[in-house]
Amino acid sequence: MTAIPAVLPERGLADRLTGLFWRRPNVLLALAIAPPLIWLGVVYVGSLAALLLQSFYSIDEFSGVVVPEFTLKTYAELFRPQNFDIIWRTLLMSALVTLASAIIAFPIAYFAARYAKGRWKAVFYLGVMLPLWSSYLVKVYAWKLILAKEGIVTWVAEKLGAGFVIDAILAIPAIGGNSLSTSYIGTFIVFVYVWLPFMILPMQASLERVPTSMLEASADLGATRSQTFRTVILPLALPGVIAGSIFTFSLTMGDYIIPQIVGTSARFIGLAVYQQQGTAGNLPLAAAFAVVPIVIMLVYLALAKRAGAFDAL
Amino acid sequence: MPSDNRAPLSLKIGAGLGLAFLHLPIVLIFLYAFTTEQRSYQFPPPGLTTKWFAVAWNRADIWPPMILSLQVAAISTALALVLGTLVSAAMARTKFFGREQISLLIILPIALPGVITGMSLRSAFALMDIPFSTLTIILGHATFCIVIVYNNAVARMRRLSGGIMEASADLGANAFQSFRYILLPNLGSALLAGGMLAFALSFDEVIVTTFTAGQQSTLPIWMLQELVRPRQRPVTNVVAIVVFMATIIPILFAYYVTRGGSDTAGGGK
Repeated sequence: MTAIPAVLPERGLADRLTGLFWRRPNVLLALAIAPPLIWLGVVYVGSLAALLLQSFYSIDEFSGVVVPEFTLKTYAELFRPQNFDIIWRTLLMSALVTLASAIIAFPIAYFAARYAKGRWKAVFYLGVMLPLWSSYLVKVYAWKLILAKEGIVTWVAEKLGAGFVIDAILAIPAIGGNSLSTSYIGTFIVFVYVWLPFMILPMQASLERVPTSMLEASADLGATRSQTFRTVILPLALPGVIAGSIFTFSLTMGDYIIPQIVGTSARFIGLAVYQQQGTAGNLPLAAAFAVVPIVIMLVYLALAKRAGAFDAL
Repeated sequence: MPSDNRAPLSLKIGAGLGLAFLHLPIVLIFLYAFTTEQRSYQFPPPGLTTKWFAVAWNRADIWPPMILSLQVAAISTALALVLGTLVSAAMARTKFFGREQISLLIILPIALPGVITGMSLRSAFALMDIPFSTLTIILGHATFCIVIVYNNAVARMRRLSGGIMEASADLGANAFQSFRYILLPNLGSALLAGGMLAFALSFDEVIVTTFTAGQQSTLPIWMLQELVRPRQRPVTNVVAIVVFMATIIPILFAYYVTRGGSDTAGGGK
């Protein structure tokens, strides 16, 4: 009887490499991680660096050519009244959209986290995932149909004899307008609609972690429903709300399609970036505008991290 | 009592209305594809017709964007599948210096608003004098698709027992055989789901694309142009239905192949 060797003979290059990977696991790790890292490092981080660099350039006002010299002139332009208005308007809209999303998302998230069982759980999961993933542009388009002057909202209101309500809402100064689809109210509704699922998911995740025993303890100690809600559920759900607000805030701040399709002609940061790099041909100013949401989000993320929001992501 | 197991009526109504709010608008896209009115969004439609499907089919300006979108989505998905799987394999089990930073780097392209990703790429192309082409579109799309594949693959890798790879090695398989016969089949459905979602995301992406496409039009860019300057409005609805289907079918399919481990598909767009 011949003894079977404990170590099989090598069968070529593949086996030799296997041996190398076994002796030096870091080689395998480096081989696996290098291509994606190079891609992200060059394409993405490189581009972000280009953005930053571009924002410190300026444009020659007479020739319209980008002057590749370091200057803070372009950033100073952000503080001109018409540009500062854009930033301020965008922040206000983002904050309002975030607040409204949190309010509308709560019943859905709470029901899905606590009461939905079995088949209903799946219904709620898909019911939130499908709108989240389905085509962004189609969703925005649907609202253009809904909010149009001759559209379904006006029709329903007139059938109910409530046409005057819409007229009254549109007559509100500053946020009203000619029709819903050309007013700030319209822009606001579409923003809330499109980003709502991004609020529901983290909120639901944090509500699912609230132990039922705590609610029972609260009830045993004599708390009413609303007391339990205010003093137990809400504080425990807060990290989820903050996590969701990161998405709704950041996404609203950067969007430029929605205000272009539904809303007044007033500009938001995203639209300013788009127009400056396109028709205006002022790449440095567009880049400087794009840096604004990055800075705001970095501050926001730092605050959210302190509030423990990242455990709920 | 707050602890009983039946939801209060107000909560049921709130949740139901919320879900309805999320879903009803899409129905109108379908309805308006059949309207006879092409100059306004009149409701209710004055009449119904199916002729717009034929009109859309015969419009020569729809096909090139359609083909370009399919090409871009297919190539970006393929690239993201390779890169996303590699990085998830490295991140799933091992701990190394800089791991946290890498996971942030992967998520950043979708965590930051699309306009920033788009504008960054636009700045880079301008600084390096890279002309816009199909390739520049793909560069952008593949970058934000990596995270989708990564999310799905890394969740599956964490659930896989490390023992199966060791068993495979003990039985004499080399690293490549273990990958081909053990790891890949186990990752299969997660990669399929990730690929489907990446395809859906790429197919309807418009924000980054407007910054990287130059004169070319993908299907969403074509749609955006029609929204800003409408021509035959119902034709736009027909295209919207196509885009909607091209995103919703992969999503449902991804859900179907990964259900059970429900936390994998999705995880933040």
